[in-house]
Amino acid sequence: MITLKDVHFSYANNIEALKGISLTINDGDFIAIMGQNGAGKTTFIKHFNGLLKPSSGTVHVNGVETTKTSVAMLARNIGFVFQNPDNQLFSETVEDEIAFALKNFGFDKETIEKRVTWALDFLSLTQYRKTSPFLLSGGERKRVALASVLAWDPETLVLDEPTIGQDHEQKEKLRQFIMQLQAKKKTVVMVTHDVEFVSECNPRVILIRDGKIVADGIAKDILTNSKLLKESSIVLPQIAQIFTKLSPLGLPADIIDLDEAETVILSKAKKEA
Amino acid sequence: MSIIEISDLVYTYPGASKPSIDGLSLNIEKGDFVLITGPSGCGKTSLCRTFNGLIPHFYSGELKGQIIVAGQNISGKKTFDLAKHVGLVFQNPENQLFALSVEKDVAFGLENLGMSRDEMRKRVDWALNLAGIYDLRERSPHEVSGGQQQRVAIASVLAMQPEIIVLDEPTSFLDPLSAERIFEVIYKLNQEQGITVVLVEHRLDLTVKYANHLVVMDKGKICFEGNPRDLLCNEEISRIGVGIPKATLLYKKLKAAGFDINKQIPLSSDEIADQLLKVLRP
Amino acid sequence: MSVFDGLKFRKVSSPIHNLDPRIKFIYVIAIFISAILFHQILPLAILLLIQLPFVFLARVQKQWIRSLRGAAFLATFIFIINILTKFFYNNWTLTALDIETAIGMTMRFIVLVESFSVFFLTTSPDYLGLALEQSRMPYEFSFAFTTAVRFVPVLAEEAQTIMDAQKARGLELEKGNILKRIRNYIPILIPLIVSAIRRSLELAEAMESRAWGAAKKRTNLYLLKLHKGDCILISVTALILLVTIYVRLFLFSSIPLMNELISRLI
Repeated sequence: MITLKDVHFSYANNIEALKGISLTINDGDFIAIMGQNGAGKTTFIKHFNGLLKPSSGTVHVNGVETTKTSVAMLARNIGFVFQNPDNQLFSETVEDEIAFALKNFGFDKETIEKRVTWALDFLSLTQYRKTSPFLLSGGERKRVALASVLAWDPETLVLDEPTIGQDHEQKEKLRQFIMQLQAKKKTVVMVTHDVEFVSECNPRVILIRDGKIVADGIAKDILTNSKLLKESSIVLPQIAQIFTKLSPLGLPADIIDLDEAETVILSKAKKEA
Repeated sequence: MSIIEISDLVYTYPGASKPSIDGLSLNIEKGDFVLITGPSGCGKTSLCRTFNGLIPHFYSGELKGQIIVAGQNISGKKTFDLAKHVGLVFQNPENQLFALSVEKDVAFGLENLGMSRDEMRKRVDWALNLAGIYDLRERSPHEVSGGQQQRVAIASVLAMQPEIIVLDEPTSFLDPLSAERIFEVIYKLNQEQGITVVLVEHRLDLTVKYANHLVVMDKGKICFEGNPRDLLCNEEISRIGVGIPKATLLYKKLKAAGFDINKQIPLSSDEIADQLLKVLRP
Repeated sequence: MSVFDGLKFRKVSSPIHNLDPRIKFIYVIAIFISAILFHQILPLAILLLIQLPFVFLARVQKQWIRSLRGAAFLATFIFIINILTKFFYNNWTLTALDIETAIGMTMRFIVLVESFSVFFLTTSPDYLGLALEQSRMPYEFSFAFTTAVRFVPVLAEEAQTIMDAQKARGLELEKGNILKRIRNYIPILIPLIVSAIRRSLELAEAMESRAWGAAKKRTNLYLLKLHKGDCILISVTALILLVTIYVRLFLFSSIPLMNELISRLI
């Protein structure tokens, strides 16, 4: 469980990036953090594992205040996958890359071996075990980065812009993968711009603007609120766009899911006929 | 009139075991808005690099087949000659800007061409205005957002007044709103300036409405090609892993359920909403 | 963001910033030569005061004082070394003259540092790059300079992200003995180098695509022209040099020493 109480944060140049954020993330939550560039999303999530410490206010992870412990300690519970895998890959083989964190955390040899094998398998990377991560494609490198974090089985997974540069199929794989983690009762927090991806995943959405939380609720409510999204320079998901235009027909406006859209339109058509 | 003619192209990067482009032929007409899509690693980027001769001149490697761009066979031309005809815009805006002010960046190509200062000034202002960044001309690259940086990159190839602009996933690092603004700038160039546009993009939902020619690639080959509306009807296309716009998917679903709203397949949310309004409004 | 903001250059405009960097550089050299020609406090103090209108016109007082403070440590060091050598050399005695010479040496150092810092504080890198381009240097050289200015902050920021990414995987940089600590930096250096190489490739590609190397003679969007301010600065520089040389040749021995002045006052 992660609890933030009235968190303010200013950078060295006195720019206040977070202006009083209070929030509780419960175990097993699936959260999408949205907002335009510079709204403070990345600053916000870096508070979860102590990479940044609040200027005022408190952040507690499982009851421990982040100022009273180290990033390494917090990282055991909070796995953080950065946007660009190239910012972390450095090992000679994929296997070593995945073992890196496990060694840092002092796991014994046998456990490391077991966990690496598991992570490789979970992300279908087994065939690349002895390959250099630098020879892999962009999508595969992203998966190695993910595997290297999942390997130590953190309770919470934080994903920064996981869909950037990914094609349709890779996004679908990612979505299924998050669902699997959800089934294992893991907490997943992702920062993203990708409204379509969010509307497909249907998480709890937290909207940040100018260092403050301006909305916190289910995807269906937030992603169909065109006024709210416009203020954050976010475009409506396609299905929501369609239903906004269809408002003269008196159809429900809070629809982001394709199947639901179909059902609603078909029943309306039946009524008309 | 064809402005790009590619026949039987096979290309292998130096040291690679299999070709990145594997027997590809493509004709692009002058004034077309071509959208190229396909899964990651399908050879889209390599194809773009052949248009101005980066492949094979910069990358070397083994190239077979023929590429004629704006009437010139690329194998006999240097990239800097082709640059006058084909402007390339890359994925990462950060790595395309090297000057310390926006307008100096836009002038970079013209300076390389040895253009006179007066002519250069005119061209730079013209390009800045078309890309909608005239007000930013004196800023440093650190002072503009990613979307604006990408518009600077577009302006800097535009300044050379090429007949063709090729954009390789220009918005993949941008948020949807900035992306939409970029696409609108590109569409305007195509419509108003008659510039041939080749756009590589995963997100068909944002782009397919602009295109009159859709190319779907997989494994170094072209699998489907033609009018976007015809192609999106094709069921095969989703099997390759191309992200079909939700508007089109909804249309197909409704049609499958026996509710055919229109003969024409919609490409955007606006289109399907208009069709539905016509059919469902009492 | 944050720590690396200082590296990012921003355009500033002031009468001094708008001066031709080449002229400013000649001025700095003139001050430099003048400072070397004297060791007495009085002329050095004048040379130091000459900088003040520069600093105020450019509105860089704060940064200037900061650079003064930065130089203070070395200045103190120079002063102490001077005093100590005199002290030992003269059998543990110290005259007022010795102290005056030590102060003179220290002031000379400060004048040198300050003239250069005024130059760098008031010359934006793009202008400097332009001056390099339009001097007779090969274009590759000025291009390398501007690219470095452009990408150093970008790489610095990237280094920070890489450090965060590895810390988030349990890397503790401060852990272990000195050898271990050096090894701790490998997971940071490798991604940084790989990314720099990738970046340079992409840059090269973009340059090629914008007709790099097309014409034998490159042209330039801007032309550095001498304005009124530049002419004034040239005159001022010439005047300083003339006075310096005159004083040095004909009045050098009659420059009053501080302790003479003080004793005369008393």
